[in-house]
Amino acid sequence: MATEPEVGSEVRGLAPEGEAESTAQGDPAATDPAGRDRGTARDVLEALRGSVPDHLLLTDPTQLATYECDGLAAYRVTPALVVLADTAEHVTATVRACAEHRVPFVARGSGTGLSGGALPHAEGVLVVTSRLRTLHEVRRADQRAVVDPGVINLQVSKAANPQGYYFAPDPSSQQICSIGGNVAENSGGAHCLKYGFTSGHVLALDLVTPTGEQVSIGTEAPDAPGYDLVGAFVGSEGTLGVATRAVVRLTRLPEEVRTVLAGFASTDQAGAATSAIIAAGIVPAAIEIMDALAIEAAEKAVSCGYPAGAGAVLVVELDGAAAEVGHEYAAVEQICRQEGCFEFRMATDAAERAEIWKGRKSAFAAVGRISPDYIVQDGVVPRTSLPAVLRRMGEISAEKGLRVANVFHAGDGNLHPLVLFDASEEGATERAEEVSGLILDLCIEHGGSITGEHGVGSDKARYMPRMFTDDDLDTMQMVRCAFDPDGIANPGKIYPTPRLCGERPRIRQGAHPLTGDGVEVF
Amino acid sequence: MTLLQTLSPLCEVVEAGPGDAVDGVAPALVARPRSTEETSALMRACHEAGAAVVVRGHGSKLRWGRPPERLDVVLDTTGLDALVEHSRGDLIATAGAGMPLARLRELLAEGGHQLVVDDLAADAGGSTLGGAVATNLAGPRRMWTGAIRDLVIGVRLVRADGTVAKAGGKVVKNVAGYDLSKLVTGSFGTLAVITEVTVRLHPLPEADRWVGTSVEPDRLAAVLEEVVHTQQVAHAVEARVRPGVSPAVVTLLSGTEAGATARAETLRARLADLGCEAQVHDVAPPWWGVLLHPGQRGGTEPPAGSRPVLLKVTARLSGIPELLAEVTRLEGTANGSAGAGVVYVSLPPDEQAGGKVEALRRAATRLGGSAVVLDAPPEVKDTLDTWGPVPAIDLMRRVKTEFDPTRVLAPGRFVGGL
Repeated sequence: MATEPEVGSEVRGLAPEGEAESTAQGDPAATDPAGRDRGTARDVLEALRGSVPDHLLLTDPTQLATYECDGLAAYRVTPALVVLADTAEHVTATVRACAEHRVPFVARGSGTGLSGGALPHAEGVLVVTSRLRTLHEVRRADQRAVVDPGVINLQVSKAANPQGYYFAPDPSSQQICSIGGNVAENSGGAHCLKYGFTSGHVLALDLVTPTGEQVSIGTEAPDAPGYDLVGAFVGSEGTLGVATRAVVRLTRLPEEVRTVLAGFASTDQAGAATSAIIAAGIVPAAIEIMDALAIEAAEKAVSCGYPAGAGAVLVVELDGAAAEVGHEYAAVEQICRQEGCFEFRMATDAAERAEIWKGRKSAFAAVGRISPDYIVQDGVVPRTSLPAVLRRMGEISAEKGLRVANVFHAGDGNLHPLVLFDASEEGATERAEEVSGLILDLCIEHGGSITGEHGVGSDKARYMPRMFTDDDLDTMQMVRCAFDPDGIANPGKIYPTPRLCGERPRIRQGAHPLTGDGVEVF
Repeated sequence: MTLLQTLSPLCEVVEAGPGDAVDGVAPALVARPRSTEETSALMRACHEAGAAVVVRGHGSKLRWGRPPERLDVVLDTTGLDALVEHSRGDLIATAGAGMPLARLRELLAEGGHQLVVDDLAADAGGSTLGGAVATNLAGPRRMWTGAIRDLVIGVRLVRADGTVAKAGGKVVKNVAGYDLSKLVTGSFGTLAVITEVTVRLHPLPEADRWVGTSVEPDRLAAVLEEVVHTQQVAHAVEARVRPGVSPAVVTLLSGTEAGATARAETLRARLADLGCEAQVHDVAPPWWGVLLHPGQRGGTEPPAGSRPVLLKVTARLSGIPELLAEVTRLEGTANGSAGAGVVYVSLPPDEQAGGKVEALRRAATRLGGSAVVLDAPPEVKDTLDTWGPVPAIDLMRRVKTEFDPTRVLAPGRFVGGL
């Protein structure tokens, strides 16, 4: 089940340090913040007997181990109970039982997340929504699809294509990641430069709140009256409840698509071309850059035939009405040649387009060909800071003696530096972690973000205080307290030191009881 | 110590005048902080004093929603009007909440950019940025970029108790932490005071073309189907109905000079194939992106002293023709974003208004949307259910309670009396 589209099993040979350890160890807390008794996963299991068929309730250690990690395999925690939901009622029953007994739960879709957002809780319940795969409706006339959370991202587009529509958010894992996961992570992708992230494409959700209530938020029409709870829920990484159904926006297929591949001597040149394209008032569907090391890896893995000797390749996709795309194409070609590109190719049909994208989309996995281990980062910087950040990253790489390959969504400044190392080498893992952290600091220094699309999850909670003040984080926690007063939905994710609900802001009371436990339940 | 004495040292504070009433409810004071820090000190003091606060920009939409159930201080944001940053290479801008949209438009245009928000409420000098965010203001071009909720990438907030917090940032791609920007967008000032907003910008197009046609009611669905689903990339599709006149449908195509011209011609020809005679214009019709009174023609002044019953009504896209037919049956006037599923309806403020609002609400609900009364004369508004049924109201109440437990921010203005 823990298959990953981009990430091979060799990903991140790191020991689960820090967060993962503290999740699995510590003093057992028998009471919740309000002093009430907390139950165990066994109580949840007993409560579910009868309402969820036995074969969907996994307690066998071997079966449980299948779910010990998501796409970020460095962190592993075996859950106490796995519920394979076959219906929305199974989800509701499970969450309700967890709420009743105040037992932590974690929701999981396809398990492709790259920040450990679906990392299980050792004493908690893992609710798997991947079997909820009914694509209820594609309504061209309304530009909407109604889907279950386990429906695969690409399936929505496949179902809508014959009617001239598609689902715009396209994370690289779109062949396997689920809509429920996209909603939890506010997934992006190469084309969100023009079309925005998942949050712009979800109109309404049915969800089960951490208190066990079934609630519908949003309407299939825009601007539902009241607070934009859909806007708050999308990207909340499973900490505000579990979506059981989504109404999503479909986007009209463009009349014309032109994908361009330009070879440059350096990432500086490719970056300058990117800036010039944006300055010319063009909003491409995507602008991607790969550096020499990433190209080398991709060539070894998929023979994508990128320009030989390129220090960087720029992939630009233009789409829209034919009457505009032709003009934009001419402008992009002129800009690329001015900025010194030595090769400029265009794909006109879907096959040629796929050929250009193959190298880019395989880049993460391909890096495994040139390095035994690597860490993927997901920082964001203002586009105008790209040259400075890339130069500094080069310096850091040289200082620490570790290679860093760069693959990035240049149009929106979202970097995916891959820190390459060999875990079998003494101290290499620690140095790789250090480089990775320095890169995030660099992003924050330049006014950027620690994550553009992978989410905070388990992986980056410790970096949140570098980007946000205690007051900022407390304010976000207020939303969590409104949805999840007992703190049982995906505890320990996103926020490093969750404030207890009902506690006065800014008065901290040590570690959250629910994040410090680790008793064997079965 | 009086409230005036308490607040005076913190920022500019004056006693309120008759023009400062919020939908008929008079405040005691008007405070005009000039920074986030002053706003924080002001809110802390108001919170401690239990003084109810309503935030006001230009006041162009202050009558929308319910009147506040109590009111002590109007927090005037016009002192927070700086353009903090316009990063041309990043297509983002940060400005104070009191920045007028009209002024922002001029400043951004110098760099060839724009914030794609159409100011529907053009009276009182137009909306401020903060007012637009607080009401999730969106006009025709929401079909292109989404509403302002899709363009806000960061906010600086002052909470009810004076705590300063930010969410989001100044990069367009960012999933670190909850998206509080979306939560406060459209919250009518009931969760926090927005002091600064960072928005995503778009390049100003070289050319705009409007393809307009007048259609018989029975052809409306076919015409909308064509322009909404066209691959010519419509940046807005507006429809208009008023008593005794055939519905009009106008489509905006923005782009390069040659591209927009060619696309408009393609669309015109497609409509001709459908038996609809359409014209291509270089300017928008006078009713474009304007909230109208019942029967009012675009480009003319509204009847003096009158206030219509004004509603925002939404429906699934395929339901818009049926919704507009219902407006016609109720002898209302409507214009709005047929391409996005949102129309603004005005009804005469007479004794039939209540029944008509209910009829519209039934139609909207049946068609997957909702009907919200934005404005009405006070005596009529009192008789109407402003917000209608709101699903998940309990969850919203819990959010309000977390952010503003003592209810000092615009109490009673929002859904469910929040």
